[in-house]
Amino acid sequence: MTITPDQLIQFSPLHRLQWEEAQQKYVILYPEGMVELNQSSAEILKLCDGSRLLAQIVAELEEKFATSGLTNDITNFLNVALQNGWIRQA
Amino acid sequence: MAGSDKLNITPPRWLLAELSYKCPLQCPYCSNPLDYAKYPNELSTEDWKRVLSQARKMGAVQLGFSGGEPLTRQDLTELVGYARELGYYSNLITSGYGLTEEKIVELKQAGLDHIQISIQASTQELNDHIAGTATYQHKQDVAKLIKKHGYPMVLCVVIHRENIHQMPQILEMAENLGADYLELANTQYYGWAHLNRDALLPTLEQFQEAEKIAQAYKEKVAGKMKIYYVVPDYYEDRPKACMNGWGTTFLTIAPDGTALPCHSARELPGLDCPNVKDFSIAEIWNESKTFNFFRGTEWMQEPCRSCDEKLKDFGGCRCQAFLFNGDMYSTDPVCSKSPERHRIDAAINSARELALSDREKPLIFRNSKNSKQF
Repeated sequence: MTITPDQLIQFSPLHRLQWEEAQQKYVILYPEGMVELNQSSAEILKLCDGSRLLAQIVAELEEKFATSGLTNDITNFLNVALQNGWIRQA
Repeated sequence: MAGSDKLNITPPRWLLAELSYKCPLQCPYCSNPLDYAKYPNELSTEDWKRVLSQARKMGAVQLGFSGGEPLTRQDLTELVGYARELGYYSNLITSGYGLTEEKIVELKQAGLDHIQISIQASTQELNDHIAGTATYQHKQDVAKLIKKHGYPMVLCVVIHRENIHQMPQILEMAENLGADYLELANTQYYGWAHLNRDALLPTLEQFQEAEKIAQAYKEKVAGKMKIYYVVPDYYEDRPKACMNGWGTTFLTIAPDGTALPCHSARELPGLDCPNVKDFSIAEIWNESKTFNFFRGTEWMQEPCRSCDEKLKDFGGCRCQAFLFNGDMYSTDPVCSKSPERHRIDAAINSARELALSDREKPLIFRNSKNSKQF
C-alpha cells in the first residue's frame, strides 16, 4: 500500500489529530491508543485535509520551511501513515 | 511506605471512569471486585466533571467510560459532552445492552469518539449463557448501528475455555460486523475470573491452536481489521508489564470515587486508596501513599531487585503476586525466575484436570446475590 500521486490525501475519520498542551506536541488518537508525533510529522499530517495531492503537500512544506528536496522524506512518511491507517485516499 | 521517590512521577495519560457497578450482564470473568455489592454509592455528575477536568489538566487524554455498564448512568451523554469540551478522546466500553440507535446518534453528537462493544461468543446459545442474559441478537444489531453512524468500533471478545473453540467463527463474525479492531482478550484471572479459573482457563494446546488461527487471520485482514491479542500470561515465562508500571500512566476511578492505580488494586491490603471526594486528582496522583506504593524499584524483592529486566516488566502484576503468594511485594509468579512459579503451574494443571475429566464445575456468575457472599 503506497501513496498514489494523483489522489487527494485525507486524514482518517477514524483517528484524531490533536495538539496536547501537557505534552507540548501533536498526537494521533484512536481507540484506546495514542501516537506522539514529532514536529515534521505533525506538519505533514495537518495538510492531509482532503484538498491536496502529494506534490502540493511537498510544495507547501518546502515553501513554508524555505527548503527543497523534501519529496522522498514526505513520501516515505505518508506511506507509513497510510499503512497505519492514519490517512486515506479516496 | 515503599518507593516514595517522587522524582520521576509522570502524569496520567489514561483515565478509566468506572461509572457504575450496575450491569445487566453476569459474565463469570468480570474484572469488577467480587464484593462490588458493598459499594453501591456512585459519584454525582458534578463529582465526575471535577475528576475529568482535574485529570485532563494533568495530561490525561484517553478516557474510558466503563463499569459495570456505563449506559446505566442517566448523565452519560452529559459527561461525554463535557469530556469532548476538555479535549479527551472518549471510549465507551459497553455490553451494548440498552444501546439504541437514538442513543448512538445522541452520543455521537455529544462528541463520543469510539465504542467498544463486547460479544461473549459467536453463537446465540453460548453468548447468552456466558452473559447470563439474552443479548446476542441485540449486540449484533448494535454493532451494525455503531458502524452505520461512523464510529470506529472495537469488538471485544473475552476468550476462555467455553468459547476458545469458536475462534474461527469469532474472527469471521468480527469481520462481517465491520469491526475496525478485534480485541481477543484472553481472560485475566482476577476477581470473578479468578474465582472461576478451573472452569475458564484453557489448556496449553487449546491456546496454541487458537493463537495459530488468530495469527493467520491477522494476515488475511491486514489493512482492514486490526487484531489485538491480549496474551494469556500464565503460559508466558515473563510477566506482563502491568499497567505500564504502577502510577505511571493509568488512573482508574471506581464508581464510589475510590482512585486506583489499576482496577484490581482494591484487593491489595493496606493501600488505603484515596477518594476523589476528599482529594484532588493531583494530590492523589502525586502525593498519596497508594499511588507511590510501587513506583520506582525500591520496593522490589529478589529476584526482581537484581534482575536486568526489572525496568521492562516492573516485576509484573502486584495483584497477581498477592493472589498467588500472599505477598504483594514478591515477583509475579508468572516469571520463570520466581521461586513461586510452581503455583502457576499448579493452577494450570488443576484447570487442565477438570477440562480433561467428565466432571463439571458450575460457573459462579457475577451478580449482586453472589457478590453479597464476599
